[in-house]
Amino acid sequence: MGIARAQLKQLKQDALAQRQPVLSMPEGGEWISAARKDAAARLDGMGLPTRRDEYWKYTRPDALTSAEPVAASMDGAAHSPVFDGIEQLKIVFVDGVFNADASDDLALEGVEISRLADAAAADIHWAKDIYGVLETRGQTPVERPLATLNTAYANDGLVIRATGTAAKPIHVMYERTSETSDVILHHVVKVEEGASVTLLETGAAGARGNTVTEVSVADKAAFHHVRSQGRDHNRQLLTHMFAQLGEESTFKSFTLTPQGVMTRNECILELTGDDAIAHVAGALMADGKDVHQDDTIFITHDAVNCESRQVFKKVLSNGATGVFQGKILVKQGAQKTDGYQISQSLLLDEDSQFLAKPELEIYADDVACSHGSTSGAIDDDALYYLRARGVPKRKAQDLLVLAFLAEAVDEIEAEDLREAILTRIRIWLDLEDDL
Amino acid sequence: MATLDEEIREGVDRETVETVRAMGGAYKYGWDTDIEMEYAPKGVNPDIVRLISSKNDEPEWMTEWRLSAFERWQQMEEPDWAMVNYPEIDFQNQYYYARPKSMETKPKSLDEVDPKLLATYEKLGIPLKEQMILAGIEGAEDAPAEGRKVAVDAVFDSVSVGTTFQAELKKAGVIFCSISEAIKEHPELVKKYLGSVVPASDNFYATLNSAVFSDGSFVYVPPGVRCPMELSTYFRINAENTGQFERTLIIADKGSYVSYLEGCTAPQRDTAQLHAAVVEIIIEEDAEVKYSTVQNWFPGDENGKGGIYNFVTKRADCRGDRAKVMWTQVETGSAVTWKYPSCILRGNESQGEFYSIAIANNMQQADTGTKMIHLGKDTKSRIVSKGISAGKAQNTYRGQVTMHPKAKNGRNYTQCDSLLIGDQCGAHTVPYIEVRNNSARVEHEATTSKVDDDQLFYCRQRGMDEEEAVALVVNGFCKEVLQALPMEFAMEAQQLVAISLEGSVG
Repeated sequence: MGIARAQLKQLKQDALAQRQPVLSMPEGGEWISAARKDAAARLDGMGLPTRRDEYWKYTRPDALTSAEPVAASMDGAAHSPVFDGIEQLKIVFVDGVFNADASDDLALEGVEISRLADAAAADIHWAKDIYGVLETRGQTPVERPLATLNTAYANDGLVIRATGTAAKPIHVMYERTSETSDVILHHVVKVEEGASVTLLETGAAGARGNTVTEVSVADKAAFHHVRSQGRDHNRQLLTHMFAQLGEESTFKSFTLTPQGVMTRNECILELTGDDAIAHVAGALMADGKDVHQDDTIFITHDAVNCESRQVFKKVLSNGATGVFQGKILVKQGAQKTDGYQISQSLLLDEDSQFLAKPELEIYADDVACSHGSTSGAIDDDALYYLRARGVPKRKAQDLLVLAFLAEAVDEIEAEDLREAILTRIRIWLDLEDDL
Repeated sequence: MATLDEEIREGVDRETVETVRAMGGAYKYGWDTDIEMEYAPKGVNPDIVRLISSKNDEPEWMTEWRLSAFERWQQMEEPDWAMVNYPEIDFQNQYYYARPKSMETKPKSLDEVDPKLLATYEKLGIPLKEQMILAGIEGAEDAPAEGRKVAVDAVFDSVSVGTTFQAELKKAGVIFCSISEAIKEHPELVKKYLGSVVPASDNFYATLNSAVFSDGSFVYVPPGVRCPMELSTYFRINAENTGQFERTLIIADKGSYVSYLEGCTAPQRDTAQLHAAVVEIIIEEDAEVKYSTVQNWFPGDENGKGGIYNFVTKRADCRGDRAKVMWTQVETGSAVTWKYPSCILRGNESQGEFYSIAIANNMQQADTGTKMIHLGKDTKSRIVSKGISAGKAQNTYRGQVTMHPKAKNGRNYTQCDSLLIGDQCGAHTVPYIEVRNNSARVEHEATTSKVDDDQLFYCRQRGMDEEEAVALVVNGFCKEVLQALPMEFAMEAQQLVAISLEGSVG
């Protein structure tokens, strides 16, 4: 049964009314104050998502919209060493607060890095053209009010401008020491023409985290993104990535979600330059009745001869829920588009579930777009094959899980990062000692 | 077209050209029948609901059922989630009941039916009378069972004009009549099953239908009976500013089988007309129902003027173990289509299949697909959907596959392909996949592409013009669905595919 539209609107306003009073808009210079006020006004019009929202059909937003976060125990919140062996520039946020002592100097060849809190103090800043701008573009045709809330109320984050080839990846490490930290961070990344940068992220921003990353990728520029989200079971995490791609540019993002009662990763990409390439991939290892993870992707093709690719693999066990909502929109005139999307789940027991809505919306005729979605248990034949060769059942299953997830991990371009993620998966599957 | 004669090339079969010309141009069924009609006052309210009920001589319980649906409907909002745009419908500016004056006293047999009405159906290619006579001649039991006999219930605006072969079907124990007749003659069956698959409160249009449906078809196939012929309903909208709200109820009792065909056309008019039908199918243990539709309502002109708004709720409930249902639809008509024939796979090992071709040309908009709700163990479903968009049309596949926790070993395979002809149209795919147990296996594939240049080139090299070549390629694209149709329908559908796309190339 549907819900009356007026009633739904009221529910959204009610949700906002409960969340808004505990938020306060940070002070800032002219440019950011304007952006924040604009966002607050837009938010007033939208309200916050409710469980009756079509876009939240499979994920209850309650934990993300309540006034205070549900307390998240510290179990599993320890720093994840996933990128430890990688040469990197380390930037640490603890419960959403920048930690200068734990971070490297914000100096890197080919890149200018500063904190949003600093950039916000100025009256004018280049980030003006991106901050809240890409987020606003990402609001049509589907509203994402929690990203707008972020734009209005985030008080820190990173402002990164790549002007050349970044000498090493920038690694944003989220750590937390509190069971109730409620963190809103907003990053802005500008990759200038021909430049390239890699952004790594580990951990969850807070006990409850809401992060927005806006990325502008200029012509012939490249942006790579690899993240491993917190393995702390009880944290609630919402991330938005908004990106706009110029001509012949490249955008590649990979996310490993190892656990968590609530994770929703939204990725909204707009290909506006010809011959651009966008890849988004994700691997989920979800174990436990209360684990819930959601990947929501929206890729808009608005230029000729572009390629987009979505590869999502979810392993679900002991009653976990995996959600995939992926959309490819090809606008009129975006001819020669090559759009591909695959979402697959492996259900390891009877209680886990996979809910998917893979969508295509196409207004150009000379395109090749496809999507596939499959769901099922572990292949008995494959299991039998391994067991016949003396591999114990549990290990055989883990090997098949690894092989399944590896297809998403393979989407990471840099070999060392790919290996770092695979190694981490092996460790978490208790396979590392044997390999 | 005018210069066609001069253009006939050597070696081209004259007959082919004539056929193409006959089929050519616009909508073939756009004429209307000049017949004296009787209308209920415009608009819808409890009095109109009572009036429709009394016109059909209905018992009190039926009137009450309608009135409670109407009450419910007033609380509901028109759904807006489908990818279709149309001007707001003024539900009070329509006629909800229109019947030919000559039908005031229901004819006892086709002999008493107004010749004008019979002529209408004859012109549509459905010679009711002739069929009857033929039945009389070869009514003997030794007549070959595999003959081309099809029993027809002909619905004209709000009323059923007549049903053929009733006597012969009765011999087999099959009840095939209009729903208004069934409400009077078989109230126990209607009471038991009506609204049991599509509840009166199901959705905006189904609820409206529950309140104001005027006629439709009723089928009951008793246990163990294989229906001796195909059954069919032909819906014709004729009157202007009149909505057609028909209700079809099909019950296949244990171990029975029936194949049911549905056809529909309407005159070419400038104003859009509303059609909101409900089809309910109940399939008991080991029974099987095939339901095939060729939907060819007037699609509106090339500028989107007129046409039928087709808002249809169709659902089959496989109640018994090993029950089977197959929906096959060829959707070529209507300005706006909103239709999702669905299967509830309740019985263990029950099966649902959905084969669909949806063609949208010019300004047409189609949002159609299916729902496969797996509840029982070892249930299977298969979805094959082919969407073709041309002109400025929008064509959406919207579907849902749900594997409930108890649907152990459920299987689903879905294939949705879209074909775009021209750069002004759209093709969309919106599937919902819900897998709630791990022994279930669900596979979904969807592709979108344009007519393959190599294939076109190949055809053109062999002397076909571009339109013919496209029609051939498109027919190939639809092959899997066309093969699922009963033979006569398949022929018609193939031609329709070609006609519907006419003018979309170049």
